[in-house]
Parts: sequence; C-alpha cells; structure tokens
Amino acid sequence: MIRDITLGQYYPVDSLLHRMDPRTKLFGTLVFIISLFMANSIVAYVVATVFLISAVRLSKVPFKFIVRGLKAIVFLLLISVSFNLFLTPGTVIFQIWFLKLTWEGLRIAGFMGLRLIYLVLGSSIMTLTTTPNELTDGLEKSLGFLNKIGVPVHEISMMMSIALRFIPILVEETDKIMKAQMARGADFESGNLIQKAKSMVPLLVPLFISAFRRATDLAMAMEARCYHGGEGRSKMKPLHYAARDRITYVVYAVYLVVVFVLRNGLTF
Amino acid sequence: MGIIKASKLIYDYIRRDEEDQVEEVNRAIDELTLDIKTGDFVAILGHNGSGKSTFAKQINGILLPTDGTVVISGMNTADDSHIWDIRKTAGMVFQNPDNQIIGNVVEEDVGFGPENLGVPTDEIWKRVDESLEAVGMTAYRMKSPNKLSGGQKQRVAIAGVMAMKPQCIILDEPTAMLDPNGRKEVIATLHELNRKEGITVLLITHYMEEAIHADRVIVMDDGRLVMDGTPRELFSRVKELKSYRLDVPQVTELAWELKEAGVAMPDGILTMEELMKVLLPMMKERYPDTVHLDA
Amino acid sequence: MSIKAEHVNYIYGEGTAFEQYALRDVNFEIEDGQFIGLIGHTGSGKSTLIQHLNGLLRATSGTIYYNGENIYQAGYDMKALRSKVGLVFQYPEHQLFEVDVFSDVCFGPKNQGLPKEEIEARAREALRQVGLEEKLWEQSPFELSGGQKRRVAIAGVLAMQPDVLILDEPTAGLDPKGRDEILDEISALHKEKNMTIILVSHSMEDIAQYADRIMVMNQGEKLFDAPPKEVFRHYKELERIGLAAPQITYIVHHLKEHGVPIDDEITTVEEAKTAILALLGKDNTEK
Repeated sequence: MIRDITLGQYYPVDSLLHRMDPRTKLFGTLVFIISLFMANSIVAYVVATVFLISAVRLSKVPFKFIVRGLKAIVFLLLISVSFNLFLTPGTVIFQIWFLKLTWEGLRIAGFMGLRLIYLVLGSSIMTLTTTPNELTDGLEKSLGFLNKIGVPVHEISMMMSIALRFIPILVEETDKIMKAQMARGADFESGNLIQKAKSMVPLLVPLFISAFRRATDLAMAMEARCYHGGEGRSKMKPLHYAARDRITYVVYAVYLVVVFVLRNGLTF
Repeated sequence: MGIIKASKLIYDYIRRDEEDQVEEVNRAIDELTLDIKTGDFVAILGHNGSGKSTFAKQINGILLPTDGTVVISGMNTADDSHIWDIRKTAGMVFQNPDNQIIGNVVEEDVGFGPENLGVPTDEIWKRVDESLEAVGMTAYRMKSPNKLSGGQKQRVAIAGVMAMKPQCIILDEPTAMLDPNGRKEVIATLHELNRKEGITVLLITHYMEEAIHADRVIVMDDGRLVMDGTPRELFSRVKELKSYRLDVPQVTELAWELKEAGVAMPDGILTMEELMKVLLPMMKERYPDTVHLDA
Repeated sequence: MSIKAEHVNYIYGEGTAFEQYALRDVNFEIEDGQFIGLIGHTGSGKSTLIQHLNGLLRATSGTIYYNGENIYQAGYDMKALRSKVGLVFQYPEHQLFEVDVFSDVCFGPKNQGLPKEEIEARAREALRQVGLEEKLWEQSPFELSGGQKRRVAIAGVLAMQPDVLILDEPTAGLDPKGRDEILDEISALHKEKNMTIILVSHSMEDIAQYADRIMVMNQGEKLFDAPPKEVFRHYKELERIGLAAPQITYIVHHLKEHGVPIDDEITTVEEAKTAILALLGKDNTEK
C-alpha cells in the first residue's frame, strides 16, 4: 500500500538529530549526497557508511523503520544495477548471449546500488527527524535570499507544508472512492490503455471535486484564524543555530575533506 | 453587554451567469435581529438550509451583510480596518475536522493562529500550552493530526481558536461528522471552556441533546429567528419544534406525549431525573406496595 | 439464500510490527429479508466487515458464502456478487461524477453490461424509489442539496437491483427530517421489495425502530447478535464499550428498579407511552 512509504514521514522521538536545526540537517543531506557522488573507492564508502550509521544511531529511529523507505525504490534499484552489471564493457568474467558480466560492471553496479540505497537512507533520516513544518521553515529560511528576486518563498513553503498534510488524507480518499465505484461494478484493472484511462474518470472527477472542496474549506479556516500571508507573522519555532549545529558544520567539513582525499584511494 | 449584535441582518446568495448578470437571488438570512450576551452558552438550531451556517460566517466577517449590520464587541464587520480584530475576538470552528487543521503536528497547528497575529515566540508557547491543557489534548501535542479521532481533531481545532485568546467561539456543526463518543467529548469541552474561562459559546447544531445544557436556545427557519428562549421553554413546544423539521430528545418527547394523553406533566422535561421525579410518585400512588421512591 | 461468514479474520499489516486484527473470528448467517442493525464505535471493525460481504476486502482467513457458494473459490464472479450485494458507503455523495443525475445512476447497471433500455428503466425506478423529483434528474448532481445528493448516490446502488443492501451510516450529517426520510425509504425497500438490509449506524434510537436483529461489534469481534430487545438488555455492557442503549431503555429500567411493573424490554417512545398510560389506568384513545 501507498502508506508504506517512509520517505517524508516524521518519526516522533526525542534525539539529538530531532533537536537539530533543520537547516543543519538540510545542509547535511546535501553534503552527504555530494560525498556519495565524489566517493569512488571502497575506503571512501567505508567513511560514508560510518557517517550514515552514526546519523542513524543519533536519530534514535529504529533501523528497520528507515529501511522500509527502500521498498519504494526496489524496482529502480534492480533496473539500474542490472544495466550496469551486464552492459559495462571491460574484462569479461562470463558471458551469456550478449550479456557480459565484467569486473568493471560488477564494480560500477556495486557502487551504483550503494549510492542509491545511501541516498534514500540519508534523505529518509532527514525527513524522519524533521517535522514537515520544520523542513519547510528550514527551506524558507535557507532560500530566503530568493525573495529579493521576487520568488514568493513563504507562500511556496506554506503550500508545501499543506500538501504534506493533505497527502495522506487524499490517499485514503482515493482508496474510498475507488472502492465505492467498484461496489457499483467499476473495473479499474482490465481492458486496454484507452479503456483503462476511461475507467479513471469515475475516480478522478470525485477526487478533484473533493480536493477543491477541501481547499475552499481550508482557505476559509485559515482566514478565520487571521492568516494573511507571511507579513507580520511571528514564529512558534524560530530557527536559531545552537552549539550543536556549529559543531555539526565542523563535522561536515571534516567529513567532506576526508571523502575527497580518499575518493580515489585504494581502488581494486 | 452584548458581544454579538445583529440588527436587521439580510444576506442574499447571488448567482451570476458568465456575463455577470444576476441569475438567481437566494435570501439566506432575512431581517435577523439578535443580541448575544457575554459569557452565555447559546445553541442555534435549525434544519439544513435554515440559514444558521450563513449566520455563523457573518459573525467573523467571512461573509458580509447584504443589508443591516453585525457588530462584534463594538466593531462593525463591514468595517475593513477591524477585520483581524474581529476574527481574533470571535474564533470559528468548522464542521469538517480534517479541512481546518493546517499543522502537521498538533502543537504547531495550535500555534498557527498566534503566529498569524504576530505574537512573540515565548507567548505563543505559553498560549499553546494553556490551550492544549484547556481542551485536554496536552498528551497528544506531538502527534500528527491524521492519527487522532474525529473528536480529538475537533478539540485541537478548538485549542487553535483558544490560542488566539478570543472572547467568543462560534462552532458551525462541529459534531456533525463525529460518532457519539466524539460528540460528547466536544460538547463537554465547550461547556468547560464556557464555565472556567468565561468564553461565550455559540454552538450551531441540529442535535437537540447538545442544546439541553445551553443557557439559551435559538431556532432559525428560512433565514429568520423563529424561537428564542431557555432549553426548558423551547422543549415544551414540541409541536412547534417539529414543524421546523427538528426533533426533541426521547425523554422530552415521552413526557410531552404523556401530557398530551392527559397525564399531569410539567412543561419542558429535559432529563430522565426530572421525568422520574414526576412519574415515580404517580406510580407510587397506584402501586403503593411495590414502588419505592429511592433507589 | 443467505450470507454466511465463517471464522472470518482480517489482519492489517500482517507480519509487520503494526500487525493488528481488524476482525477476529467473526461468524454469522443472515437470512433473506432480514433487517440487520450493525453497531459499534469507530474502529470496531464494522466498516471492515461490510466490505468483506461484497468482496472488496478479502479475509486473511475464514470463508464467506453467498447463497451457499464460497466467494473465494476459483472463478467466482466478484462483479456479479457486487451487484447482488449493494454497498452504500458513508457520505456516498462523494462518489458522484457524471454530468447529470440520471447518467450517474446509470453507471452501476451500465457496468453490469445490460441493454440500454433496461439500464434506463432501472435508473428511473431507482430514482423513484429514493423519492427524487423528476425535474431534478437532468440537473448536475453537484447542484443538489446534501440530502438530495445522498439519495442520488443511494439510487446509484439500487439501480443494480441488489438483493442485499448494505448502508454505512446513511444518515450521517443529515438533519432530523432528512434522516427520517432516508430511513423511511430504506424501511420501505425492506417491506415492499423484501430486500435484506444491513444498516450500520451509531444511533441506537434509529436501530431500535427499524432493525429486527442487531449485531454489535467491538474491537473486531462480534459481541452480541440478537433481536434489539435482547441486546438492549445488556445496556450496561454496551455503555462499557462506548455505546449506549436508547434513552427509553434507561427510563423503563429505572422504573422497573423502583418497583414499577413495567416491561423492561421496551425500546421506543410509542411503546413506553402505551405502557405507562396503561399502568396509570388511562387508556390510550389516540391509537
């Protein structure tokens, strides 16, 4: 079910990572992604693994829960790994028909798989430890400079935050409408592409209507609670860096340097 | 001092066609004059389409009068410059619990109103703590609203309004989508806020049971105020209530039916205890050997 | 002819840390023409249960028989089952999608693959059954009032001419008059067409008035399954699981406890009035 997706879901426990400023975490995720694309050696990956595992431990989110986020990318993972595995030219280990398994392919596929997995795990840690509101606050503040060139940063982040709140509600609603139409004999599975597309009408029309009704209601509720854009708004959870954030930035710098130095070291 | 004053209020829903020509005019509120006393718990009853929800939206300036005036705590809703003060003074809770919660975490949602008002951070936290405590949702402050029951969601919505420090809360059918437990939860919370914090409550509903403990009950029909009085006064007029497509709690109905059949019943019995106080002595008279008055 | 559930279990998230029984060993048989009231608080499993009866959800274990046939056997026609066991979801007006009322009601029979004349004849009949005025048939369903929309949605299921009609809180959010109208129409379907009705409701008062058998669900288990009077006799247990008997039940029990020789199985205002008048020696000349 769609509900299994871990990405973007907040896991409420109290940990160092949960208390950290969202900007620090956003930046950390960026640093981690950069490091993954720099790293090209086993040693560098060992360092990245240590970094990732420390983050997992510090987040106090059960490892099993984080891994569930991988479910969503299993298919992508399989495709990209097998492509690299069999279609990379180099020293052939063995060959079936036109598919050649090469040392180079094995190496690239391995790194590729790890990269993807680490990418998802790394960003999951951020979303699991940061409430969507903190996340959007973090983005709003980090990207605040865009305001100067006319980008409505506050509005965009408010929209993101509302979208996050309503995704689970709309998922549930889709499920309900689908079942209600199935109870009237609708068939969403069989038929060719055109028939399938046509069969979506009884699902999509009610869904859109519901979404619009919710949007109207929500707009009214927001106005009733005196929402009038970003101007003159105060913050319940204003962002400010604490000592732990400053230390973390130092850790990032050290980490990046280490990975950079080791990036090509000890290849096999 | 009246906190909400409507005088000769008229509101028309106007439907226009593509060329902006008036196609249809529907009078939702028709010369409504009303004065709500500070600190009262007022229930507004009426069937769907009686104009009660339209009236609610007039109170905090979501809709503006076609004619007549609405004055909240001395401020006219038609006066643009007071709009945020009016909304702060008269907070509003809506029917669908999902469509009025903005935050992804309970406490952040409660803080949304004060944030909009530009309240300083420390003060926001104080208000959030107090509001959650007042509706009994402190234990859920870190939860996602999606994980709460309907009744809990409505209590969060009430806390969100309380955090703006209103003098009055208007609730537009807050229990229509809830199960009986959720309904009880919400109504109990409202009575407590009314009693302890002195908040004026304006509860719009079509569940009669919810009006029993109100200070004042108003019935609307066809955009007009048609009945106005204490619950006891109103619930003694069962026939009239039924003519406005409303019904009464079973106890009240039974007492009324008995009275109609010639049993000496006082008017407007609201609870089982009241009914027993009258009925048991009658039974005692007929069956002196078996009936006893105390449990 | 019946619906029968045998040892039905339904487990959410089986094999994960979130594993949870939504239904636990549920057994029952519903004969043709019964009017069942299904009650239970939110999360008691009643909504999950009704979705099993037309095959929208599949039991984790256990079997469901419709007219003696196992609906899980290979090759069983689920689509045919869904037209025989009509299910009206909560807030069914949210499923309306067509440009006009009439077309929307045609959706069900169209999916059954019936000829055009038959489809339209059924749609007309269904719309009349729910008492929707003919002048509204060509209107967009989205322009109707809440109560009217709900009738259209119910007609959409009726147009498939089911033998069994399941309604999940068909009166939620309606005002007292709208509620009575819908319930009366359902009751008419039961009486005139001998349709089997399963009515899910929170309102004991409604159920007491219409149902001839009540099933009470609690935490995924069937707690009671008996005629209303018998079920309401357990009003203290009902209270413990967050439900309550009709107010009248409390009144007659209270009277009985104080030594008044009244029948404590009374559940409706009408019955209570008659009994009390008789006890007071006044005859109820009205009736």
